[in-house]
Amino acid sequence: MNSRLTRRRFIKGVIFSGAAASTGASFYLANAQSGQSSAERLVTLNINGRNRPVDVLPQETLAHTLRYKLDLTGTKLGCNRGECGACTVLIDEVPNYSCSVLTHNVKGKTVTTIEGIKAADGTLHAVQQAFIDENSPQCGFCTPGQVMSAVALLRSNPRPTRKEALQAMSGNLYRCGAYEHYLNGVMRASGQLA
Amino acid sequence: MPPDIPGKVTGEIKYAEDYKREGMIFARLLTSPMPSGRVANIDASDALRMDGVIGIMTADDLPPSPPPGNPALASEYITFVGQPILAVAAVSEEIAEEAISRIRVDIERKDFVIDPLESLAPGGPKAYPEGNVLLRTREIGPGGTPIMSAEIKDIKWPQSAIDALREGKEPVGAEFPSEWAFGDLEAGFAQSTHIIEEPFVTIGYPHHSLEPRTSMAYWENGKCYFHGSSQSQSANDNGLARMLNIDPANLVFINEATGGGFGSKIGPYPYMAISGNFSRMLNRPVQLRITREQEFYLGSARSGMQGWIKIGVKDNGKVAAVDLVIVNDGGSTGGGSGSSSAQHVTIAYQPESMRFRGISVYTNTTPRGAQRGPGQNEMAAVLAPISDKIATSINMDRVAFRRVNVADSDGFQGGSRGPLTSAFGREALDQGARLFGWDEKINQPKRNGSKVRGVGVGIGYHGAGGRGYDGLVRIAPDGKLHIHSGVGNLGTYSYAGTSRAAAEALQVEWDNCEIHRGRTDNHLPHSSGQGGSNTMFTHGRANWVAAQDAITKLKEIAASELGGSPEDFEIGGERVFKSSDSTQGLSYAEAAQKAIEMGGKYSGMEYPDDINPITQRAVQGIQGTGLVGVSKDKIPGQGQPPGIQVGFCEIEMDLDTGKYEILNYAAVADCGTVVHPKNFENAMRGGAVWGVGLAGLERHVYDPQNGLPANVGLYQSKPPTYLDISTDTNMSAVNIPDPQNPIGARGIGEPTQGASAAALASAIADALDGHVFNTAPVTTDMIINHLAGNTYSTQTPNLKTNTF
Ligand code: FES
Repeated sequence: MNSRLTRRRFIKGVIFSGAAASTGASFYLANAQSGQSSAERLVTLNINGRNRPVDVLPQETLAHTLRYKLDLTGTKLGCNRGECGACTVLIDEVPNYSCSVLTHNVKGKTVTTIEGIKAADGTLHAVQQAFIDENSPQCGFCTPGQVMSAVALLRSNPRPTRKEALQAMSGNLYRCGAYEHYLNGVMRASGQLA
Repeated sequence: MPPDIPGKVTGEIKYAEDYKREGMIFARLLTSPMPSGRVANIDASDALRMDGVIGIMTADDLPPSPPPGNPALASEYITFVGQPILAVAAVSEEIAEEAISRIRVDIERKDFVIDPLESLAPGGPKAYPEGNVLLRTREIGPGGTPIMSAEIKDIKWPQSAIDALREGKEPVGAEFPSEWAFGDLEAGFAQSTHIIEEPFVTIGYPHHSLEPRTSMAYWENGKCYFHGSSQSQSANDNGLARMLNIDPANLVFINEATGGGFGSKIGPYPYMAISGNFSRMLNRPVQLRITREQEFYLGSARSGMQGWIKIGVKDNGKVAAVDLVIVNDGGSTGGGSGSSSAQHVTIAYQPESMRFRGISVYTNTTPRGAQRGPGQNEMAAVLAPISDKIATSINMDRVAFRRVNVADSDGFQGGSRGPLTSAFGREALDQGARLFGWDEKINQPKRNGSKVRGVGVGIGYHGAGGRGYDGLVRIAPDGKLHIHSGVGNLGTYSYAGTSRAAAEALQVEWDNCEIHRGRTDNHLPHSSGQGGSNTMFTHGRANWVAAQDAITKLKEIAASELGGSPEDFEIGGERVFKSSDSTQGLSYAEAAQKAIEMGGKYSGMEYPDDINPITQRAVQGIQGTGLVGVSKDKIPGQGQPPGIQVGFCEIEMDLDTGKYEILNYAAVADCGTVVHPKNFENAMRGGAVWGVGLAGLERHVYDPQNGLPANVGLYQSKPPTYLDISTDTNMSAVNIPDPQNPIGARGIGEPTQGASAAALASAIADALDGHVFNTAPVTTDMIINHLAGNTYSTQTPNLKTNTF
């Protein structure tokens, strides 16, 4: 198993869309394959309203930078391949999968993570409070991503219909499954549920 | 409100992968690209020369785990794609990855098998060199203690038996390592006025817990601090300590939150041995991050079934006889849940006679293990349309047929016909039918252009409770009640729900309680594993008995301080006082102070002999700091506390596309007293969504040519999303307390899925005029093929599993 063979496997893995022709490591390799040889570069990111200088590799994802370099571990990695939404953050107010965004691409943009959602005095955002009131999370691993998608929705559409909310949230998997409780939370946060 | 919810909505609560440690290094796994083979040689010299590589671990560095164990690292034989062969630790994940790419592993290919029946056929391939079937044995050793063991055996069936099963007939002449029967089967069929025989097949699928099983370990002063992702807390201590070859007293297991488990993380999983032992070997904190892809490979999966059932019913609808055969796909770990599937049949039908024969076959597919209602739920999904078919054939309403047969409090479960603590399946069916509007819905017009409606009903069941665990509480000198819980936190909040049993027994305001949990050094008592829907019953009881012990001590302390005997005292308002004169008493704070002064059993300086060593250590950790209530649950009683649920589902199917929409779903649980209504509803809805996955979406798919899994990621595995489910659901409960739990509760986590899967499968069959697919899942392609008159994917007799 030399490195050339591994590279071939990786390419094959992409063609098969995740079929097991690749070794278990390959998808993470997408972030890291040139890790040893390539240099980090210092960039300054605007995260939760603060400028954060950080050394970043060329292929580094935003999720990686947030979690492992800036210690913002509220953003979760459920799949690291754009399938689950656990890593959702807002980039210029638009929800994005931070596992699938290169950190160098968010230079000059504003990034909001789950850590930037509470008010400065610690008051929970209406979405966070509604998710507590509706007992929405079970294991909680998808919750930060659900919060971010809901916040983005309500900023652009403060009184969504249930159907609009369903569509807007549909990029966030909830493996524990009680989707209705998040949906009710979104409606409650928008003031449409008593 | 469970105290950990705020941390979940703010992202502040920490999961294993969120922890860092000074000097932490990163381990990555090299995994097998093929389903079966022999590791001939490993050449890691290039990797070891790299800067930043700290070490490589192979199976040689771990205690041997001969088959049928599931080793953390393969030693010689590879038995599934994605099986870890070695781990590399480096100063960064990037370097560890690069090192892995420079390691040369020579693997000799071997024959592989992905279909259990193929392995049972004469001359068929076997997943392990030793054989193809996992055999579990139970012998009675000296002193009457059961000795459980397991071995791999090579079992072949005559080709005629394989052909018979594939054609939906009894596999005569087949060998079954597992078998039980009760009643007179022959007489039962003779008395039956109607008999049906059906084949069925279900396909396993991964748990895909959203948090992969990452772990991090470090050692300090001979103690191992271990961050893991487990469903359970104290129940891990002994097993994990064994993996690390240490005294459990030297293990601090830290697991404040777990990102889902669903049965795949009940106890310590093999890969914990890697981070724990690696960090000791290298004397550095080691994090082993598991990727989504690896979580598919290692994270366990439901077992599949290939089976045959023959059912005889009398005119009145009573099931007189059941003959059931199940071949389980045990994947690379070999275990199946056939007997539990048969147990579901006993609860749903309470048959007068029954025989079960089962065999669990290894395949070169992912390891299998418990997944939410293992055995019971997939059986519920295939049994529901079969039940409908019988009911229709004797002109009986489908709900009425279930009502005649389902278990009640005098009923039984399983092959041993063990008793139940209480059961109200009939009440649940009646309540559910009203809630759903069954009578109106079955009489509404079915067809509207190319759309057709289907309504269905299903039953879910799982044994839901255990006995004999310990509870531990402490009243501090400030009057606060500290509840020590060894229960894990997989997202069910049962650690909090069961803690309320102690708070309520002691009549302490919830705000004046503090729950201690999440890490061993918070002094946590012995707990059951958080699997099998058992925690509400098991630890409701354990916390209640601990509270009773505290109440007894409160009264004794008050009597010694104020005169009289303990029986003269009662509690209320966080005080213990004389029944005859409530002004004569002590506050809990004062009593706790006295307990410290009195010492002995009052402050935990002494404790009962019969509590588990884990609880003994927990008491030692808090002794002398307040009034300690500690006790083992010895509440008398017998029987299994059942969790039973009924589900009712209405769908609208598009006959042009085979797609269906779930219009509404109603379910009623028979789980004793509902302790936390909002959390109950959340559990019910989560399980209902899992049922949608089981009945319609999720399955393993393997390429029969190369044995490669084709749907590794979440997108292709297809767990239900917001867009696949009903958001108009109605959840309710019979709410009759179970007499064997002081708080009245039984568990319900698992039957929630079974009832939903069964009701959906029943509704799909109803939409198609009673067509029985006899598969789980029934996918859209099967429906559209059926509608088009194609038999390729709808013909069940081929019993395809893992492929399609
Ligand atoms: S972690 Fe980014 S979508 Fe799953």
